[in-house]
Amino acid sequence: MSKTETSHDDHHDHHHKETFITKYVFSIDHKMISKQYLITGLIMGIVGIAMSLLFRLQLAWPEQSFGVFDLLLGKWATDGVMDPNVYLALVTIHGTIMVFFVLTAGLSGTFSNLLIPLQCGARDMASGFLNMISYWLFFVSSVLMIASLFVEAGPAAAGWTIYPPLSALPQAQPGSGAGMTLWLLSMAVFIASSLLAALNYIVTVINLRTKGMTMTRLPLTIWAFLVTAIIGVISFPVLLSAALLLIMDRSFGTSFFLSDIFIQGEVLHYQGGSPVLFEHLFWFLGHPEVYIVLLPALGIASEVIATNSRKPIFGYRAMVASILAIAFLSTIVWGHHMFVTGMNPFLGSVFTFTTLLIAIPSAVKAFNYITTLWKGNIQFNPGMLFAIGLVSTFISGGLTGIILGDSALDINLHDTYFVVAHFHLVMGISALYGLFAGVYHWFPKMFGRMMNKNLGYIHFWITAIGAYGVFFPMHFIGMAGLPRRYYTNTNFPYFDDLANINVVITMFALIAGAAQIIFLYNFISSIFYGKRTEKNPWKSNTLEWTAPIKHIHGNWPGKIPHVHRWAYDYSKPGSKEDFIPQNIPLKKGEKELQH
Amino acid sequence: MTIILSLISLILISVAVWQLTKIFELSKPVKSEYTEVADYKDNDINGKLMFLFLIFLYALTIFSFFKWGDVILPESASLEGEKTDTLLWFTFSVIFVVQTITQAFLYYFAFKYRGNKKRKAFFFPDSNLLEGVWTVIPAIALAGIILYGLMTWTEIMTIEENDEALVVEIYAQQFNWKARYAGEDGVLGDANVRFLQDFGGKNLVGIDSTDPNGDDDIVVQELHLPVNRQVVFRIRSQDVLHSMYMPHFRAQMNAVPGMITQFAFTPNVTTTEMRLRKEVVDKVIKINNIRFQKSQELTAKGEFPLDPYEFDFLLLCNKVCGASHYNMQMKIIVETEEEFEDWLDEQITFKEFIK
Repeated sequence: MSKTETSHDDHHDHHHKETFITKYVFSIDHKMISKQYLITGLIMGIVGIAMSLLFRLQLAWPEQSFGVFDLLLGKWATDGVMDPNVYLALVTIHGTIMVFFVLTAGLSGTFSNLLIPLQCGARDMASGFLNMISYWLFFVSSVLMIASLFVEAGPAAAGWTIYPPLSALPQAQPGSGAGMTLWLLSMAVFIASSLLAALNYIVTVINLRTKGMTMTRLPLTIWAFLVTAIIGVISFPVLLSAALLLIMDRSFGTSFFLSDIFIQGEVLHYQGGSPVLFEHLFWFLGHPEVYIVLLPALGIASEVIATNSRKPIFGYRAMVASILAIAFLSTIVWGHHMFVTGMNPFLGSVFTFTTLLIAIPSAVKAFNYITTLWKGNIQFNPGMLFAIGLVSTFISGGLTGIILGDSALDINLHDTYFVVAHFHLVMGISALYGLFAGVYHWFPKMFGRMMNKNLGYIHFWITAIGAYGVFFPMHFIGMAGLPRRYYTNTNFPYFDDLANINVVITMFALIAGAAQIIFLYNFISSIFYGKRTEKNPWKSNTLEWTAPIKHIHGNWPGKIPHVHRWAYDYSKPGSKEDFIPQNIPLKKGEKELQH
Repeated sequence: MTIILSLISLILISVAVWQLTKIFELSKPVKSEYTEVADYKDNDINGKLMFLFLIFLYALTIFSFFKWGDVILPESASLEGEKTDTLLWFTFSVIFVVQTITQAFLYYFAFKYRGNKKRKAFFFPDSNLLEGVWTVIPAIALAGIILYGLMTWTEIMTIEENDEALVVEIYAQQFNWKARYAGEDGVLGDANVRFLQDFGGKNLVGIDSTDPNGDDDIVVQELHLPVNRQVVFRIRSQDVLHSMYMPHFRAQMNAVPGMITQFAFTPNVTTTEMRLRKEVVDKVIKINNIRFQKSQELTAKGEFPLDPYEFDFLLLCNKVCGASHYNMQMKIIVETEEEFEDWLDEQITFKEFIK
């Protein structure tokens, strides 16, 4: 290890001259790249959340005229009334942006980049150059996705799962023309970006840990990021293959996913393909993607909850084991999205079995978080509030997964609002809370200043009430049998009694949406005017807080600190302080835990 | 112009908020002691709020069940659906208990152990016993749920056609449904989208006219089913994915272009009986009240009032299929065997139709 250190130190000396472009734009420093990821992710988040508010307005007051539609949708909202195709486009792009651009790149991209080198004790990522490329590919894919909103016939509108033939045939809906082409291109670039990033994360964690940082001393954040990267490398290429085959079907006349189609008075030439094949390929990524989104959030929660409870995370080994178990299971459960697609019912049985097994490691994680709080000395910093909120929504949303994962029950609930409520709580809100917890917790590390805590508290409490207010009643709409992706349900008098619930949901959504403005204000103003931070404001054990506040290339001036203990020696008996950073050697007679 | 105005107002609002925080900051008594790290007071307030939030969560649950419990689908109208419903309520009661208890622990601990100066956290990194307990207990509970679920699933999905089963084809296209009955021979004729243009577009579901089995097939726009007889659905689509969703029978299966999918159930309540069920009567009254109010608003504006609502079973599309996905439906009528046969006799066969 010492050899690499010296070579890195030499390397570091050559880096003093920096121009604006190498420092802020084409930076190869992981700390700057993480800020770039965060800010791009936040901008995409604003777009994604704004879209959801638009279609929530339509759902609560269907086919009514709104000035804001006129303003933002222009010709797609004649007289301010939203067009059905635009409704579908908004749902599609909202899903795509939130899942991939905000909660994959924005969350994992930001914090993997920031924390992997700093918490492992490395000078930078294994390849700073590839890291830069990966950010800029993400940027390009974001630009392509946003550009698709301005296409003449409208953006992709086949749902974020883009099942063919709907997504393959421009005759089937206007969004399947140039809008879908841009969607597919954007995703292809996005996948390239996330693969480069994931390989970089894996190599860095495996090779560049500082002396003493054994795998069992790694903070749980790093375990989560490492395993997330591994799942990404396994599953993202499969989505790429699906996207490429779909591009071929669309543009080169192949029939991978299409067969026997008659549309707009014409029999198409496609023979022998199957849309079910696409569904398999899509969900082979699509389900692990849930954990690509969720595991980093859980990792962040582990770190934030332990630090702010002033207690070691309960059951470190069980936490690592459950991350690994979840990751393994996540790759063999994709079929639970396909119980009613015409797939062989025996496969349905197998996928029910594997799916429900995931509840076991998830339960272990939830109980371990709760036990970590027990007899703690809980410091309610804003990040901690969001971490506790995450555990709460993870439980609420996870439990309904036991219903949806059960094939017999999924027959009737599949693709209803029950599903929408379930996955928004368990991965949407939970991961978003993880993102917020991370931003509040590591803001001082990223920007050298503190965020305003009072605004943080207001942000959390309004968001928490809003999130449950939106998604709890939504379960009832689903159990009433209302399918998702309906522009309006006024064509079914049977659903007329759901109108009031939809209004309540939209009200809560608007409140929760408004709360995010408080966050944005706090975030931006704190970058410039926030109170200057101390080196280790939360009195945390992990290595990133031993690095100087002012960012330097190579992270630490002089030698990289060595690690002598695990990351969770909080309130250890026999120590005066209630925390002992990882770089402090064991005292005489002090025993390291055999965790 | 509106864009500029809204931009200006946005900027003004942000300036206002910025000024407000400035005022807050200036009004703080001892500026040097202020820190952005949570202090004792913050812990106290937020800890108590955690407890209040638990109450909010429970209140929301109770309120929703009381206020909106009646929107949940009425009891199943098929034999298979009754099994699903039992499984559903069994699973629901399990997760309801778990939800209530775990959320209580989470928020109560957050409240109880809110930090203060005197408190010292308890160093408790591990306990094999505890972790064993909460691995084994969920595992046992899930084993039960999995076994019960798989038994139900296998029962529903193993389609053993008995001799009396009625075979119906459900045919999907953007944006409507059709149904095809096999006629007297009890066999559906071969079909493919290639035949759709035969007979000047009169071949509505693409029946192969060279297959004699298809001659007596009957194609309709309204689905009639006899009560207490197994119905086997063969589902086709001519263009994109659709999904045949019949919530009142707990039935769903995708319609996939290029392949025939299938699903089966036995309806055990006729439409007439269903309309007399108390929960359905109550629901219809509630809906008609809502529609009556809306109608008054509409007539006040000089528009047409809404028709009063009468309950019917529904077939909906439940896989996004394009612009009018939200209005792709077919009425289902479940009736007695005699009524069904009478209705079927009145319909025109394929051979007569294409003449």
